[in-house]
Amino acid sequence: MLLLFFLSSSLFLGWSLGANDAANVFGSAVGSKMLNFRKAAMIASVFVVFGAVSQGRGPSTTLMNLGAVDALAGAFTISLCTALAVLFMTKYGMPVSTSQAVVGAIIGWAVFTGYKTDYNVLSQIIGVWLVGPILGLLISALLFLLLRYYLRKARIHVIKQDAYIRYALIITGAFAAYSLGANNIANVMGVFVGSAPAVILNFGFFTLDGVQMLFLIGGLSIAVGIFTYSERVMNTLGNSILSLTPEAAVVVVLSQALVLFIFSSGWLSQQVAALGLPAIPLVPVSSTQVVVGSVIGIGLVKGAREINTKTLGHIALGWITTPMVAGFLTFITLFFVQNVFRLQVSAGKAGIVDYSSDTISHRAESSIHKLNVVLPGILILSFIIIVVLVFLFYKQRKLKLKAEHELLNQQNEFYETRKQINKMEVSAIHLENNLLSQKLEAKRRENINIALNISAQREFLNTVAEKLEALKCASEPEISAKQLHEVISLLRQKMNFNDEMEHFYAQIENIHKDFQQKLAAAFPGLSNQERRLCILLRLNLSSKEISALQNISPKSVEIARYRLRKKINLGQGENLTAFLQNL
Amino acid sequence: MQLFRHASKSIELIESFLDIIDQGTLIFKEGVKNYLYNNRENFVHNLQTLSALETDADITWRKIENILYTQSLMPQLRGDILRLLEELDKIIDLAKTNLFQFDVEIPYIPEVLNQDLVKLTELSCAAIESVIPATRTYFKDPESVKEKLHRVYLYEKEADKLADAIKRRVFHDMPEIKLSQRFHLRYFTLHIETLSDAAEKAADVLSVMAIKRTI
Repeated sequence: MLLLFFLSSSLFLGWSLGANDAANVFGSAVGSKMLNFRKAAMIASVFVVFGAVSQGRGPSTTLMNLGAVDALAGAFTISLCTALAVLFMTKYGMPVSTSQAVVGAIIGWAVFTGYKTDYNVLSQIIGVWLVGPILGLLISALLFLLLRYYLRKARIHVIKQDAYIRYALIITGAFAAYSLGANNIANVMGVFVGSAPAVILNFGFFTLDGVQMLFLIGGLSIAVGIFTYSERVMNTLGNSILSLTPEAAVVVVLSQALVLFIFSSGWLSQQVAALGLPAIPLVPVSSTQVVVGSVIGIGLVKGAREINTKTLGHIALGWITTPMVAGFLTFITLFFVQNVFRLQVSAGKAGIVDYSSDTISHRAESSIHKLNVVLPGILILSFIIIVVLVFLFYKQRKLKLKAEHELLNQQNEFYETRKQINKMEVSAIHLENNLLSQKLEAKRRENINIALNISAQREFLNTVAEKLEALKCASEPEISAKQLHEVISLLRQKMNFNDEMEHFYAQIENIHKDFQQKLAAAFPGLSNQERRLCILLRLNLSSKEISALQNISPKSVEIARYRLRKKINLGQGENLTAFLQNL
Repeated sequence: MQLFRHASKSIELIESFLDIIDQGTLIFKEGVKNYLYNNRENFVHNLQTLSALETDADITWRKIENILYTQSLMPQLRGDILRLLEELDKIIDLAKTNLFQFDVEIPYIPEVLNQDLVKLTELSCAAIESVIPATRTYFKDPESVKEKLHRVYLYEKEADKLADAIKRRVFHDMPEIKLSQRFHLRYFTLHIETLSDAAEKAADVLSVMAIKRTI
């Protein structure tokens, strides 16, 4: 439990590393939407843990050789101060790297406890800090040249090329995550290696010793950092590789993976040593600085004339300020931890201690507890598989239900729309029917009127005919004169055409309804007779024609026109008909 | 592997889209010739074919857009590619509209202008025909696009010159035709000429896209 409490600072460091450095691995793929975040986080987490457990020992050994932290409180303080230094410097926009902060903190611890710092190891570490970005630059420039040459020769269709690049981003991202885990786990757990539990867990097909268990926990904390915070870093803060083309991004990620792999692979170091060359030092490197070097390498190949010296200056400044800040902070904190909390920050074995891989893995073999966890392992694995299968099954079912629901919604919307359209069609037809029935009624009335009119005419003509017959038979001139007078008055009476005229005006007013309204609004003082005159004038009828229609003399029409002009205040020279037509 | 299947499908659609534009250009050329030489039956047939091709182009363009967005293909390039295809789609839309205008308005074209108008049509269509291979080249070899595009600009410039000459001739050297007919002729010359302008616009888009891919 005490170990777990002391590990909390390094777990925080691991979380911070996962949150920030995952953007170097999958930032481009996620930022450009080529890969969704969940997939990227899953791949990165699995490979970070795998890299940390299988290949994290080398760089951790180098850190232990720099300063053999042999007390839990000391290791805790180093991790805490590293994390605080990174947090503080990031907040104030200062160049910072976890790898350099850890080294500074270890030196701070060594100065405080009086341990002698191994300057050979320190010079190796500083050398790698310098070489890392330069190697990144060279590798990325070379890879970019090769890739560009190949793409020009191969002439792959841009859409297919995009598919290849997408797979390449996933593969190189996985490799980079593996290398990040292998190289940078030393920053997270390196100082606790000396305090690792002496136990070996046997899972049947593989075993985990105490150090690897520490690395597993550290790897998991990095994975938590990736899942919980790196998406924001990838999408909002962005990073230098986000703005690159997908091809360049593959090259940058691959070059970063290679550099981190080179400085963490014990096997590669041994192979180089076997060739008679100096062995590659296994040192934690800042992935961000390697990425910057790689981006510069691509820029050089593309013909960028200027290298941003400010960026280079920032990196170089980080090499000096980060260890100093972390070292100073550790020194002060150790003072408080030792004198205020009364915790032992070192075991007190002054001098250089050799923590080579062999000594870590084979120390006091007799004291190591071997635990067989095959059966519990299988049970836990089976349980996890069952949980995953159930989760996938329910997820699939949920998706299916969602799809069905959406389909149903769409159909409902479709039916609703159809219903609305049908309703509109029905109301339109209804309206049309109403209009038609109104027209029909009007026609029917008209026909009845015509029929009545015909019968009235017939009756009238019969009466006239009878009277004329009687006139023909009349013998006395007086009686015949009287009868003739009666016939003439009858005919004159009939010539009034009052009904017909009323019908005519009704129709005209109906047609010129708008004009009627405008006229009434503009000149409300007009009489009915004057309004009718206006309509007739608008129809462009002459005074003679109007007089015939109204059964008055043309002179009366002229007088009526004159009065109308007065009433509507028409000036001299203005045409009354034109005025009414334009109203 | 599904990604490669979608990639192949979208490549196939883009190729078929470009074929449609190419065929549409040929049909437009034939349609104008048939109108000028009074082959009414063939002209109507050309009109129907071009209309069907334009509909096909629209459908194919929507399919391409759909596949590129739903399958998240080329997130950095798809916007540009769709814009280019849209510009090409506008060309076939314009060709169809122009041919329909011939059918609806039945412009009076004096026989002496036939040869010039045929040449103008050929120049405009040549500009379009040069954009299509340049577009195909963009997908596989962006660095060679520029070599292909200079033809488009040349044909467009020649089409402009010829259109100006035709308009000048109509307004200055043909007193026998009415003013309304002159206006009509000017519009139809302009309609044919706009095809080369549309091709030039597509070439501009393509040129910028090629530069973006090569840097």
